[in-house]
Amino acid sequence: MTTTSDPYAGSRETTEGRVYTVTGGDWDQTFGADTHDDERLVVNMGPQHPSTHGVLRLVLDLEGETVTQARVVIGYLHTGIEKTTEYRTWTQGTTLVTRMDYLAPLFNETAYCLAVEKLLGIEAPPRAQTIRVLVMELNRIASHLVALATFGMEMGALTGMTNGFRERELVLDVLEEITGLRMNHAYVRPGGLAQDLPEGAVESVRELLAVLPERVAGTHRLLTGQPIWQRRLKDVGYLDLTGCVALGVTGPVLRAAGLPWDMRKVEPYLGYETYDFEVPTADTCDAWGRYLVRMGEITESIKIIGQALDRLEPGPVMVEDKKIAWPAQLSLGADGMGNSLDHVRHIMGQSMEALIHHFKLVTEGFRVPAGQVYTAIESPRGELGYHVVSDGGTRPFRVHVRDPSFVNLQATAAMSEGGMIADVIAAIASIDPVMGGVDR
Amino acid sequence: MSDEAGFGAATEPGGGFRKGAFGVTGSGDTSGFGGLVRVEPGGAVALHTTDRPYGGWFDEVTDALIDAVGAATYAAAVHRVLVDRGEITYFVAREHLLTLVQALRDDESLRFELCSSVSGVDYADSGGPAATPERPRLHVVYHLTSMTYRRRVRLEVAVTAEDPHVPSVSSVYPTADWHEREAWDMFGIVFDGHPALTRILMPDDWEGHPQRKDYPLGGVPVEYKGAQIPPPDERRSYR
Repeated sequence: MTTTSDPYAGSRETTEGRVYTVTGGDWDQTFGADTHDDERLVVNMGPQHPSTHGVLRLVLDLEGETVTQARVVIGYLHTGIEKTTEYRTWTQGTTLVTRMDYLAPLFNETAYCLAVEKLLGIEAPPRAQTIRVLVMELNRIASHLVALATFGMEMGALTGMTNGFRERELVLDVLEEITGLRMNHAYVRPGGLAQDLPEGAVESVRELLAVLPERVAGTHRLLTGQPIWQRRLKDVGYLDLTGCVALGVTGPVLRAAGLPWDMRKVEPYLGYETYDFEVPTADTCDAWGRYLVRMGEITESIKIIGQALDRLEPGPVMVEDKKIAWPAQLSLGADGMGNSLDHVRHIMGQSMEALIHHFKLVTEGFRVPAGQVYTAIESPRGELGYHVVSDGGTRPFRVHVRDPSFVNLQATAAMSEGGMIADVIAAIASIDPVMGGVDR
Repeated sequence: MSDEAGFGAATEPGGGFRKGAFGVTGSGDTSGFGGLVRVEPGGAVALHTTDRPYGGWFDEVTDALIDAVGAATYAAAVHRVLVDRGEITYFVAREHLLTLVQALRDDESLRFELCSSVSGVDYADSGGPAATPERPRLHVVYHLTSMTYRRRVRLEVAVTAEDPHVPSVSSVYPTADWHEREAWDMFGIVFDGHPALTRILMPDDWEGHPQRKDYPLGGVPVEYKGAQIPPPDERRSYR
């Protein structure tokens, strides 16, 4: 082993440029020659690994089965969404940001739209705000169910996975009925919503609410009391309150360390202060506490959805300013959202001015006064912050997303170093990072 | 943004500002979008400085900050304060950044325990005069949260692309580690004192900093039914 060769990725110069080859090698040529520390073993885990919660790569230094150093490598899902928003209109931004944290699309949309609305100095109508709360809480349930499902799978409890995805499908069916899509809805728009609730949606949500508590109880019966599940989770991935705050960790991980820090309570938006719900906490600081907090939050979300349904009043779902609101109320068909035929008839056959207005608003978009804002909401994974800068143009000048998965994932090393390699999986699963949000 | 402002007022754009839709001079704006002012490098809202009193708890925090670091240091460190849309921004000289964040985190009447976000913004090409050493284009924006008092403040540090050095706050806020790596990766801002300032989202051997405004988007013209569609950054656009 020469001093210049890299045991992980050797390189050679070719006419195409430098080519890296990820290689292993004979033991005595790589680490066998390292006489300082005989037991040290470096294990590369991921980025394609069923237990790393997505395309996440871990470089683990092991001594026996004990992890001495954990390094997290991200970026495998980087798609440049922040940059792309700078080349699309403010309204199109919704469609882009919804693809970041793909398990919480409606939270991305809402946080982004709240930022744009703050820049514009407008507020969505009350009905739109209530529906935003409604769909976000449905989304929170779906997201937590996936968190539990993948948690189960990564711990080896495969029935937990199939059950979690099965219940989530019920929620996604309702979201599809409301927005036209299962994921990446682009339903929340600056100024309000793409469209009102379709006929029958309220009944569908109520039917779902009638079913969900029993399904949550089923998950409790399957996992919570199970001794193997408890022993895999308890005292694993320990991170106390000081560690959480220093590392910027928010969401269920912070609440499992005992601090009831929830943006819905501490910085209410969309009228959350008027809803009656609790913030579940735990004081165990471990993966077990995080599991219980998520289970508790599903129950609280069910309560909020019920209250949102009760207070739905008829009214507009988009601001009245025609310079901001897209003129078309889209109609919902069997294959998703489509044109409103009435609107097409109006602009194509009746009013030249309406056609010009439609064309200008859809192609050019509206202008947003110069300035910058930061808005934060409570996504299923913690504080989802949008730092949005406008230069007065029709497109965002800069959109920076403070994604909770990105920040929380930094705690991996603190949670897993000094523990067993099997507990690394539990620690990461308890953070529940979504790599689409981490890498953006 | 009334109709009078956009339609009737035939003012020549000057001083680095663009007005109205499509960048048309005179009263060419029939859309009603006119009257909005675009910005200059040096801050999206560099036009304004807010004078005291700032209102609400902003004065309380500012006074506590002055007490904590001393009036002389504060005057040297904070060269401008802006209150806009209910948020307060301190424009900070980079030499004093660490002093300020240490005081903001530790002082009992401030207690900004949580560094919510660190992000870069490149103000080149924001429609105004070119960036100069007096109007640096690269900004680092810190959003600090006080969990004790439930308050948020924003700190903003501006540096030039030629000398993009900012002290790292990761010794005060460990969470800034990855945020700063991202700002280095995307904007080429160098955080001095960072434990391991390496690329985080782009591949290790990538060249350039993609979120800078002068970073080429790439792409090739595409032919569709005999017409050439230019790559995205060469397309006609509404600015």
